[in-house]
Amino acid sequence: MIENRPILSFLSHLIMIVGVVLVAFPLWITFVAASHDEQRMTELPLPLLPGGHFFENLDIALNQGLWGGDGTGVGFMLFNSLIMALMISIGKIAISLLSAFAIVYFRFPFRMGFFWMIFVTLMLPVEVRILPTFEVVANLGMLNNYWGLSIPLIASATATFMFRQVFLTIPDELLEAARIDGAGPLRFFKDILLPMSQTNIAALFVIMFIFGWNQYLWPLLVTTDQDMFTIVMQIGKLLEGGEEAPQWHITMMTTLLAVIPPVIVVIFMQRLFVQGLTETEK
Amino acid sequence: MASVTLDNLQKTYPNGFKAIHGVDVDIQDGEFLVLVGPSGCGKSTLLRMIAGLETVTEGDLQIGGKRVNDLEPSQRDIAMVFQNYALYPHMTVYNNMAYGLKIMGLSKSEIEERVKNAAGILELTEEQLSRKPRQLSGGQRQRVAMGRAIVRKPSVFLFDEPLSNLDAKLRVQMRIEIKRLQESLGITSVYVTHDQVEAMTLGHRLMVLNEGRVEQLGTPIELYEQPASLFVAGFIGSPAMNMLKVEVSDDGKSVHIAKGIDLALENGGLQSHAGQNAILGVRPEHLDLAPGMDGALPLTVTLVEHLGADTLIHGHFGDDQTDLTVRVSGIETVKAGDILPVSITKDHTHLFDPSTEKRIAL
Repeated sequence: MIENRPILSFLSHLIMIVGVVLVAFPLWITFVAASHDEQRMTELPLPLLPGGHFFENLDIALNQGLWGGDGTGVGFMLFNSLIMALMISIGKIAISLLSAFAIVYFRFPFRMGFFWMIFVTLMLPVEVRILPTFEVVANLGMLNNYWGLSIPLIASATATFMFRQVFLTIPDELLEAARIDGAGPLRFFKDILLPMSQTNIAALFVIMFIFGWNQYLWPLLVTTDQDMFTIVMQIGKLLEGGEEAPQWHITMMTTLLAVIPPVIVVIFMQRLFVQGLTETEK
Repeated sequence: MASVTLDNLQKTYPNGFKAIHGVDVDIQDGEFLVLVGPSGCGKSTLLRMIAGLETVTEGDLQIGGKRVNDLEPSQRDIAMVFQNYALYPHMTVYNNMAYGLKIMGLSKSEIEERVKNAAGILELTEEQLSRKPRQLSGGQRQRVAMGRAIVRKPSVFLFDEPLSNLDAKLRVQMRIEIKRLQESLGITSVYVTHDQVEAMTLGHRLMVLNEGRVEQLGTPIELYEQPASLFVAGFIGSPAMNMLKVEVSDDGKSVHIAKGIDLALENGGLQSHAGQNAILGVRPEHLDLAPGMDGALPLTVTLVEHLGADTLIHGHFGDDQTDLTVRVSGIETVKAGDILPVSITKDHTHLFDPSTEKRIAL
């Protein structure tokens, strides 16, 4: 549709710009706050332009942490968060692909029963089942390690349901052609289904990576050892300064660091992500 | 190369619906058999049973003298071409054709030789081999689908309405190519279609199916000249055969078509049906315009279709306004409302019993 209506394009641009400002302004403030020294951040009015202490603050946040606080940087927490987010997103995708494959392509007793059982878990997120889940993880000795951080978050009804829908759009003839070509179920899965769901896998990876990265409550529960802290839970801890005044410059720098990996994932997978959510042609 | 034998083949779905009521046919080595019928007649089901994509409920299916009822499709030595091509969209054309061969475990050089060979037969260029199916036109995709079948070097080709997604012109062209290909490779083929022109032109023999039963099995000419039932008579030939209700005279020697119009029967007539009703079938191309009204059917024209080479004249006659279509060659300048004399000759007419709907032999 090519139209030339000045008022319409002015309006649509206005809405777009307002949207961008709404999203970007808090990020800008975070960036600005992360580039001033402690002194400036306690004065009013708060600065709107960046100051000159960015790299200094970066060094403190990564390697030293708050003075007067526990004195640890957040570099290793970024790494913990990354491992947890990757384990959650890859685990979710692997398990959901297999269960959707079973539900769509195999006829076994109570097939729909299983499907609905998976579906019903949508109503039971970690927050609801947090005590029993904690009990199980604790008894399995998975406190304070990566398994405990990620495994309880791996099962995913959303992803299973999404892959089921994707598989249902793949024409039956492809399965039949593959059967005539002599491909068994696993071969069909590997050679046909996986490549054909590539974009959906990418889209799901983006969503699940951010979901995993942003986990707060669960890591707070299962980690007591500082070596296993994740960056998101650390942001909360930074403000519990006790007697000290909050050190906004370091807190904001840490926040900025926590935002970067999801942004990188989104930027690099944006094309696949959009394709995966909108593509219908098979 | 192999023959295919269907012995009382039946299919009942778990919900109790009987799709195929016992089909017997012996498909010779190298024969081209066409399964034809209206949608829902079971022709695709029958083909898919041969392919192994549907289970056989009862009866025996043999390919090359070996019972294959319980074999996987890939073990039956068959290849199938699907209606919507069913090409793997994420693979190149080359890999589409090579996929089955890779699974068979053939060597790289053998695969390459077979694919190149098939591409040569189907006139697919080197450049097209490296493309994805979605970058090809419908006709080219159809060729790739056939290529995928050829490279397997199967004993039996199965085609499931392969041309129905193509436009009319391409369909004619591909039809000729399929025919030529089948003749040069000499591979036993079973072809499903609902298009009777495809059926007539491609098949050595045709099997007309109706509601899961075989109506007639024979060569295209046999089906055209000696349709065994009203169903076959109406299905084969375009435009469809005219069906007229007639009365057989008391002596069985003639049939009464309309007031003043009788048709004498040969060979001592129709003693078995003397004095009863019958259905007279006559194809539009076997009706002629008579020079005068004497002894001819007075056809009131309702619609004229000019096909160029022929003219189709639709109209009705008699008190009960029986519909009749006449096909005359060339361009005939008639218009709706005209009354034309149409003559029926006893050659090329068919008689059917109205209750059994079977052909009455003269």
